[in-house]
Amino acid sequence: MGEVNLSQVLDQNRSFVDRVIAESGQDIRQCYQCAKCSGGCPGSTAMDYPPNQIIRMLMLGMKDKVLKSQTIWACMGCNTCTTRCIRNIEVASVMDTLRQEAVKAGYTDKAASVISFNESFLWTVRNFGRLFEAGMAMMNNTKTGNFMKDMQFGLPLMLKGKASMFPHRIKGRRELKNIFEKTCGGGK
Amino acid sequence: MTKYAFYPGCSLESGGIEYGMSSQAVAEALGIDFLEVPDWNCCGASSAHMTDHLLSLALPARIMALAETLPVTEIIAPCAACHARFAAVEYELGRDEELKQKVNSLLERPYTGKVKLRYFIDVFSNPETLKEIENKVKKSLKGLKVACYYGCLFVKPPKIMKYIDDPENPQSMDNIIRALGAEPVPWPYKTECCGASLGVTSEDQCTKLCNDILRIARDSGADCIAAACPLCQANLDMRQVTVEKKYGISYRMPIPFFTQLIGLALGLNPVSLGFKKLFVDPAGMLKKVGVA
Ligand code: SF4
Ligand code: SF4
Ligand code: SF4
Ligand code: SF4
Repeated sequence: MGEVNLSQVLDQNRSFVDRVIAESGQDIRQCYQCAKCSGGCPGSTAMDYPPNQIIRMLMLGMKDKVLKSQTIWACMGCNTCTTRCIRNIEVASVMDTLRQEAVKAGYTDKAASVISFNESFLWTVRNFGRLFEAGMAMMNNTKTGNFMKDMQFGLPLMLKGKASMFPHRIKGRRELKNIFEKTCGGGK
Repeated sequence: MTKYAFYPGCSLESGGIEYGMSSQAVAEALGIDFLEVPDWNCCGASSAHMTDHLLSLALPARIMALAETLPVTEIIAPCAACHARFAAVEYELGRDEELKQKVNSLLERPYTGKVKLRYFIDVFSNPETLKEIENKVKKSLKGLKVACYYGCLFVKPPKIMKYIDDPENPQSMDNIIRALGAEPVPWPYKTECCGASLGVTSEDQCTKLCNDILRIARDSGADCIAAACPLCQANLDMRQVTVEKKYGISYRMPIPFFTQLIGLALGLNPVSLGFKKLFVDPAGMLKKVGVA
């Protein structure tokens, strides 16, 4: 990790760490570094730092390293870590908060495909009230410039009568639009 | 008649259509009433969850508030991802009045918490209904070996899911399978994550997790893997093609929903239970129990 002046880093990023603690509702300072969370993590092989190390880095205020890590995007939110933590820390909730923080801070290069997927998904929900898979796939493919990507599943789904060509529009669409506007600014 | 507010979620009308078909058919056969939540919206799933905390609570809270207009005390969601979002609403809004008010200020109809979340598998695995199923079995599934796959989100974390079932080695679906005359195989991957949420973004990792689950189920002697979530099911069913390409192993492991298996044992028609909708052909498995 090179040399870092830890107390200085911590001071600069204290507000960040406090926010993560507040948003996630998890007191990460309780962590013993037993690494049980990492032992059972099914995503760890695709991570640059195992979950326990992310917690440690957070405690040390290493904001950039944490938010730029591959780990937070390789995490699948399966809650195995949360289930097993001996100190009752919901590690998965910390990961949730870190993903939200990373998006807000613009650290999105490792997550371009996740973010594009989420935006396309939510775009259909905001407009129709329900997920419209064909619309989402189309939008996602346009965003990523990968037009064939979802075809491997799209066609078989269609053949099984499992994919609808038209969106279902719920009645409460105005209510949903309002929810989106007041939470994430309407999405993109 | 037992009544539940029923939240199909988007998947039960698309990729998991056979889960919806079989759930309704089995409920009807058992005299259970599933009342669909009126004008329901998508729960937002992990996409809302990754985007904004408040959004991820407001979407499912609207659904739970609408369920309060029905003559029920409990709501069920067959999709584990939807279930997990409802559980988050109950847990987070239940302990934080301020947050609850904040969420309610976004909704036209407030969420009060009156309608409680019920674990979908438990609708069938509770002692009375299990007895009822046992009594109504017309076609025992004797000889069929089933790996019960609960997925990760239905049971973890127990603090939030607050079920009787063990998060590492749950038994509720195993008990159902036993009541049908079939044999649940013991295996260690019952609640291991399948990586479905990574399917679009990190396919390699997802394919690996699917391969692990399929391999361990096969090595445990299972004829099929019974699923309890449309996302797990679609992932394990459709991705066997990708697994074959990457690992050169052709499992041809059918992935029926546990509700389809209940329906079979109750003597319902496999077509009306949506067996034709599965990607991996279940013919061998059906033959084994003397159907079709
Ligand atoms: S399991 Fe809990 S206490 Fe142990 S390292 Fe992980 S977060 Fe820390
Ligand atoms: S929630 Fe994320 S960090 Fe925790 S065990 Fe699952 S994949 Fe690993
Ligand atoms: S989790 Fe999936 S299926 Fe369930 S409602 Fe949400 S988007 Fe729709
Ligand atoms: S097992 Fe897969 S699809 Fe099922 S809940 Fe977990 S991640 Fe989602």
